[in-house]
Amino acid sequence: MNGAEASTQRDSFGALETHLRARRESGAKLLVPYVTGGYQGWQRAVEAAAAAGADAIEIGVPFSDPVMDGPVIQQASTAALAEGATPASVLEEARELDTGVPHAVMTYYNLCHHQGHERFASALLEAGVCAAILPDLPYVEAGPWLEAAAEAGLEAILLAAPTTPEHRLADLCGASRGFVYAVGLLGVTGERTALARTATEIAARCLAVTDRPVLTGVGIGSPSQAIEACEVSDGVIIGSAVVRTLMSDGPEAVGELVASYRTALDHG
Amino acid sequence: MAAETDGTTTHSRSVMGEPTTDGRFGEFGGRFVPETLVAACEELEAAFREAWADPAFVDEFETTLRDYGGRPSPLTECHNLSRQLGVRLLVKREDLNHTGSHKINNVIGQALLAQRMGKTRLVAETGAGQHGVATATAAALLGMQCKVYMGAVDVDRQSLNVFRMRLLGSEVESVQSGSRTLKDAVNEALRDWVATVENTHYCLGSVMGPHPYPWMVRTFHHILGDEAAAQCKDLTGGDPDVVVACVGGGSNAAGIFSGFADGDARLVGVEPAGGAAVGRGVPGVVHGMTSYLMQDEVGQVMEAESISAGLDYPGVGPEHAYLAAIGRAEYPSVTDDEVVEAFTLMSRAEGIIPALECAHALAWIVRAAPEIQGQTVLMNLSGRGDKDVDQMMDVLGMGGLVS
Repeated sequence: MNGAEASTQRDSFGALETHLRARRESGAKLLVPYVTGGYQGWQRAVEAAAAAGADAIEIGVPFSDPVMDGPVIQQASTAALAEGATPASVLEEARELDTGVPHAVMTYYNLCHHQGHERFASALLEAGVCAAILPDLPYVEAGPWLEAAAEAGLEAILLAAPTTPEHRLADLCGASRGFVYAVGLLGVTGERTALARTATEIAARCLAVTDRPVLTGVGIGSPSQAIEACEVSDGVIIGSAVVRTLMSDGPEAVGELVASYRTALDHG
Repeated sequence: MAAETDGTTTHSRSVMGEPTTDGRFGEFGGRFVPETLVAACEELEAAFREAWADPAFVDEFETTLRDYGGRPSPLTECHNLSRQLGVRLLVKREDLNHTGSHKINNVIGQALLAQRMGKTRLVAETGAGQHGVATATAAALLGMQCKVYMGAVDVDRQSLNVFRMRLLGSEVESVQSGSRTLKDAVNEALRDWVATVENTHYCLGSVMGPHPYPWMVRTFHHILGDEAAAQCKDLTGGDPDVVVACVGGGSNAAGIFSGFADGDARLVGVEPAGGAAVGRGVPGVVHGMTSYLMQDEVGQVMEAESISAGLDYPGVGPEHAYLAAIGRAEYPSVTDDEVVEAFTLMSRAEGIIPALECAHALAWIVRAAPEIQGQTVLMNLSGRGDKDVDQMMDVLGMGGLVS
């Protein structure tokens, strides 16, 4: 796109995308940790992650049937639900957070559908959340939600997968707000011993059709894998590694983990 | 109604016709899966359309169901129960199919399709184990790898079917997540498919899930509805007054309803009281579809509870939600106690031990009998009860049967 178009669009970017673009322009690789909301100590984990250099935080709102999540995040979701976490309680707690970075919610579509698109979007905004990721609402079904989110001023982040056909990818990336979530592999969330070949391929395919920030998630299990992914991608989302650390070593350890990724991405 | 105005195939004017191009039956259905699976669903839809239009494929499907599956299944007039209940009771004997239920129709269709698509591996979810056994059977027949996901609770109460699947060469994974029943087995099968979509076909066992599954699975079961309609006509000269089937996801009901939906017969889908998605549910989205769904006040999916593992499902196929919404079918529910009574009633009166799932259909007929005196009632006996005998021994006790 030419400069004039770019500046017109810039005015319409939401808080998350504006922040991520600025960070990217400053030369940083973007780091977005995921924390399961409602899990014991989750707020402190979010604050520790932000203090350790996260560029934004993804807050999971636990759902009974998390079909895109692997064992670690499933376990945290189940525990949070067992302790009484609800969408309202997690958002209430999210509102209390003051991290200085944008917050996005990740949850499943039924919780949005049940409440109604408009009410769901405004509930997030009232909790200081500026974006949402709904991994079981693919682009082909997302039309009404994208419209409602745009109307409310919430950034609706879409996922692109290694199996997304070329004819859909440009439209998908164009319709996403905040960033494009490039799913790094065929599979559910969880750490893997090596970075999948698909991780860099899908990021490259997205970046070829959009100037929106492209973040790679699913299957990033170590700082060195994050560096490898960022050879192509604008940044990474780390979920299961964070949640596993929260569950085993508590919220402070999350800060140390995120710091190790930050250092790796900054100094490679 | 969209289904009546869409498309050009012979079924397009049927109440149970093709869904819209975006996979909707009215407002229900769709394709609510992770982006990773959208292309696989599109590929499956294209392959199914192409195969179903190919007479060679249809012939192979029908021939396999005849020579291997034992079709057509008979229609039995239950004289003893008819006398007791004051109705004319006909039952479609899907229990006599190979593997003991209607499930074989769908798995033969999907396995042949998967093979045609070049897939080498099947994954499936199962509740009572009937669909798992049928899928394991088709995999053995066609030389495919197979993995069946089954909730840990169901593994415990259906150990015989677990052994059967393993005997047939399939891997069975006991699912420990969530409520550890059918819905969680579906989640786990979907997670497997997300990771293995390149060589694997998800052989979904009911008229649920993302488009094209609800339509495709019903189409593979259409054969039982067509047979039943022809058999009823031969025996009675026309359609029955009432068609009754049990409903979990709703595949056997969809199969038999599809033979009568365009006529005048009353269609009754019987749900378990603890899993009454249509009766107690509100619209929701899970497992790839918009349909009626049992959920709590914020939208968390509730755990279904039923004596029958095969009906222990909090949702229902989207076409049933549609048939309920337009008033073409009704979906009452029956309690576990009524089901146990019907289970023993059919065993003793007719010498047929029904699956606990189908005992739901009979339980409704018993309850409704006073209002439908003299009517001809067709019940789909979708599976045999052998798998439930162990469990019923615990419920009834040896002493409970002494009379």
